This record gives sequence, C-alpha cells and structure tokens, in this order.
Amino acid sequence: MLIMRHELLLVAITVILLLVEIFLPQDKKHKIILPAILLMALVTIIGFIPGPTGVLFGGMYGTSPLILLMKNILNIGVLIIFTQSVSWLKLEEQKEKIGEYFVILLSTLIGMDYMISSGDFLMFYLGLELATIPLATLAAFERFKEKSAEAGVKLIFTSALSSGILLYGLSMIYGTTGTVYFPEVSAAYASAPLQILAFIFFFAGMAFKISLVPFHLWAADVYEGAPINVTSYLSVISKGAAVFIFMIILYTVFNKIALMWRDVIYVISILTMTLGNLFAMRQRNIKRFLAFSSIAQAGFILLGIIGQSQLGMTTVVYFVLVYIFSNLGAFGVAAIISSKTGKESIDDYDGLYRTNPMLSLTMMLALFSLAGIPPVAGFFGKFFLFTAAAKQGMYILVFIAVLNTIISLYYYLLVVKAMFLNQSDRPITYFKSDVYTKLGLAMCIAGIIIIGFASPVYEFILKLSYGLY
Amino acid sequence: MFEGVPLTWFLIVATLMFFIGIYGFLVRKNLITILMSLELILNSVNINFVAFNKLLYPQHLEGMFFTVFIIAVAAAEASVAIAIIINIYRRLVNIDVEKMEEMKY
Repeated sequence: MLIMRHELLLVAITVILLLVEIFLPQDKKHKIILPAILLMALVTIIGFIPGPTGVLFGGMYGTSPLILLMKNILNIGVLIIFTQSVSWLKLEEQKEKIGEYFVILLSTLIGMDYMISSGDFLMFYLGLELATIPLATLAAFERFKEKSAEAGVKLIFTSALSSGILLYGLSMIYGTTGTVYFPEVSAAYASAPLQILAFIFFFAGMAFKISLVPFHLWAADVYEGAPINVTSYLSVISKGAAVFIFMIILYTVFNKIALMWRDVIYVISILTMTLGNLFAMRQRNIKRFLAFSSIAQAGFILLGIIGQSQLGMTTVVYFVLVYIFSNLGAFGVAAIISSKTGKESIDDYDGLYRTNPMLSLTMMLALFSLAGIPPVAGFFGKFFLFTAAAKQGMYILVFIAVLNTIISLYYYLLVVKAMFLNQSDRPITYFKSDVYTKLGLAMCIAGIIIIGFASPVYEFILKLSYGLY
Repeated sequence: MFEGVPLTWFLIVATLMFFIGIYGFLVRKNLITILMSLELILNSVNINFVAFNKLLYPQHLEGMFFTVFIIAVAAAEASVAIAIIINIYRRLVNIDVEKMEEMKY
C-alpha cells in the first residue's frame, strides 16, 4: 500500500474534489480552487517523504527511488499549472466547470504515474490511455470556441491512431515472446525480423506521443487550439511522462537491440531539433511558437536517451525537471496575458516591459533558460545532455545540437527583443496579476535559479539512477 | 470451431484489417467514418492477441486479458471522441474534416 502511495493519494484527492464539486451550488464553483491547490501541494510534499519501494501485483507495477523522483517532478509541475490556471478558470465561460478541470487533470496525472511505474505492457497501455483520453476533453474544454473543439478532435484522433499503431507492435511482441512482462520480454528478445518490425511500430506510436518529427504536426495544431493552460500541461507534463517511460522501456525492454535504436534515435533527434527550430522561427502566435520550441526541446532530450548510460538517464530526468520550470514560466506569462487581455500574438508583446516589467522579466528568464544561457538552469540541462551524447563519441550529433541551440537562441531573443526594445503605440496595458499566478511564477523563477546554482540536485539524481541502466 | 485453422490465416485477416483501418483513417472525410477506421485498427490488434494466445501460448491468458482491456479502452475512447464530434457539429453544423482547417497553417 505504501509502495503505491503517490497514485493512491492522487486517487483520494480526485475523489474528494469530485464529491465537493457535486455538492457545490452552480454559482459557487470557484470555492473549489483553494482546496484543490492546497490538496495538491499536500500531495506534492508528502511525495517527497522517503518510503518503501518495490514490486507489486506479480511484476505489473514497480517503483524505484528514481521513479518516485519522476513522479515528484510531475507533481510539482501540476501544482504550478494549477496555480497558473486560476485566472483563466475564473473567466465567465469556465465558471461552471472549474471543478471538472481539476478532476480531469488529476485523473490524467494518475494515468501518467501508473504508466511510469508499469512493469508490463498491459499496465503501460492502461496508464497511457488514462493519461491521453481525458486530455482530449481538456483540449476541447472551451465549448464555445471552434478552435478548442478542433484541437480536441485532432488530439483524440491522433492519439487513438498512435495507440493503435503502438498496440499492433505490442501484439507482435507478444506473439514472438509469449509474455508482456518487461524483464521476460527483454530476456526472450532476439533480433528476429518480426521483433524488429514490432519495435518499429512501437517506436512510431511513442514518437506520436512525444511529438517527434515526422510525427509532430498534430502538436502544433492541438497546442494552438487548446486553452493555454492545457497546452502547457500537454507540452510539459504529458511530454515529460512520455519521455520517462520511453526511456525506461528502451533501456529495460529493448536493451538487446540498442545498437539498432541508437541509429534511429540519432536520425530522429537531428530531424526533430532542426525542423522544430526552423518552424518555430516563422510563428507569430505565442502558443504555436512555444509548441514548436517544445518539439525542438524533445529533440534535445533524445540526446540524453542516446547516451545509454547512468549519465544519460540522469541527464534526461534533470533536463525534464529544468524544462518543466522554464517552459511553465514562459507559458505562465503567456497564460496570464491571454486571460487578462485575450492577446496571443508575439506582436502584441511589443513594449511589454514598459507596462508590465515583472512579467517581462519572468518571461525573459524562462526564455533564457529554454535557450540555455548560463547561469540559469537550462544551460546546465543542455550541457549535461551534450556530455551524455559526447561520451558515446557522437561528436557530429553534438555539433548539430549546438548549432540548433544557436538557432533557437535567435527566435527566443526575438520575443525578448519585442518585449524590451520594440516600441508600440498600443502596448498591453498594466494589469495586476492575482496571487495564485504570482505564486506559480515565483515557483518557476525559484526553480530556474536554484537548480542553476545548486549542484546537489544533479548529484542527487545521479545517485538515484545508479545501477538502473 | 476453428480447429485446424493455421495461425497465418488469422494474422492475414488482422493485417488486412489494420491496413484497411489506416487507409480509411487517411482517406475518409467524415469524422464518424474515421472513428470507425480507428475501431478497425484496434480490433485487428484484438484478433492478433487472441490468435497468438490461443494457438501459441495456451497455458497463459495474458493475450485474452489484453484484448478485454483494449475493448474497454476503445469504448471509452469512442465515447469521448463522439462527444467532441457532437460539439464540433454544434459549432460548424458539419463533421467534415476538410472544414476543420482554422489552424492548418
């Protein structure tokens, strides 16, 4: 029971919030916000208390200290998203659905937790679906906007197609090995042609979920159409969880064909970084811009996965942690501006520094961290990823990645330039952010700076990932 | 009932269904027919799992369990998809994918 404490706590607070939601009268739904955030904060804090780890249900479910850390990282991210969505939830259109938002979001988080600690493909599949199906309803959350409905339908169809492809691969794996448990599959895995075909199907399915090139185009559309807080959830938490389980499965199940998937990831990593960056340059909508930037970041994450070592594993977890803080910082600023003024274009950010200096500074810090400028955390995240790939002798890959960092610096700085240097005759007027948003952005800034300056975080993750690869 | 039917035949049927599903997903214009293509894909996986389980590994039931769960999840997926499609119909009075191009570029 204690081994599953993360999931059980989340289930408990989901049920509590659902009951509260049912009994609140229609015009008092906003009263659920404070309890929801407090409960989530409580769960996040409890998650850090060390406890037993182990295997349950005959190997279907298993945790290790590193997996617990991954779940804690996701919890922190969700807590920040909760605080950032308050100003959007209080708008007139969402007033009656505030409770539903929290409940649906928490249920997807439960799915991700089960997915990360799955020990066989059945559990993995169930967690994956629990994490994606409710997300489609969240993407279509703004019922009266065409764009939102379009995003929802695109998300549900692409994710259903990708899980169909993934399942077809899984059925072949089952057919050739006779089992669905990770250790047994790994032991029975030779490089028979059918098994390699199965791996290709599996890889394509997962690439859809992480939005790697050439399976990335759904991401831009869905990210643009969905409400901005849902977009940040999709691009940070959902992607982070998918990356974690992708890495775990590659390392534990497909370790025998590592030489093969290394080449695949090599090519896809280059494509994802380059195309993501090039497309990000021509975007004028801030959500679409951040969507392509997050596609490019996924390409960088692959560099760590290719590292194939304890170091690689550590750098991926560390980078996702940094990425959560920096991307949520950028999305948080975009979200508050969108909910207060309804403006989502980069051109609207002209002269933002004169009217809203604090928001501009936060945005600048977050973008610097995404671009990887020292001394903020993003620099170390990228630096360690490059180290992991360089240790494998992939200098060309690292060189291309560095080039891509420079390209990304260009378009991140375009936004910074718009905010600080450009003049505008009609800038966004000054507004006061509510206390929740301030709290959320403060957490992001603290994360970006503290992780950048404190090496114990990295060493802690390195210690946890010892012996797992 | 299926005594003596070789495994290959089941796999041929499943593969055909899978690729017909993929073809339908890419070619069809109506959202409901796209959803039907998705069901074809998922059901081809079910045939695969059941055939492998029955003919190759009859001592364990993992394939059967997988099939049961896929059926349940597919139902949930279809219900969410149809709810969203109904919402689209209310906004656009149309469920043609060609009309959903507001964010294409």
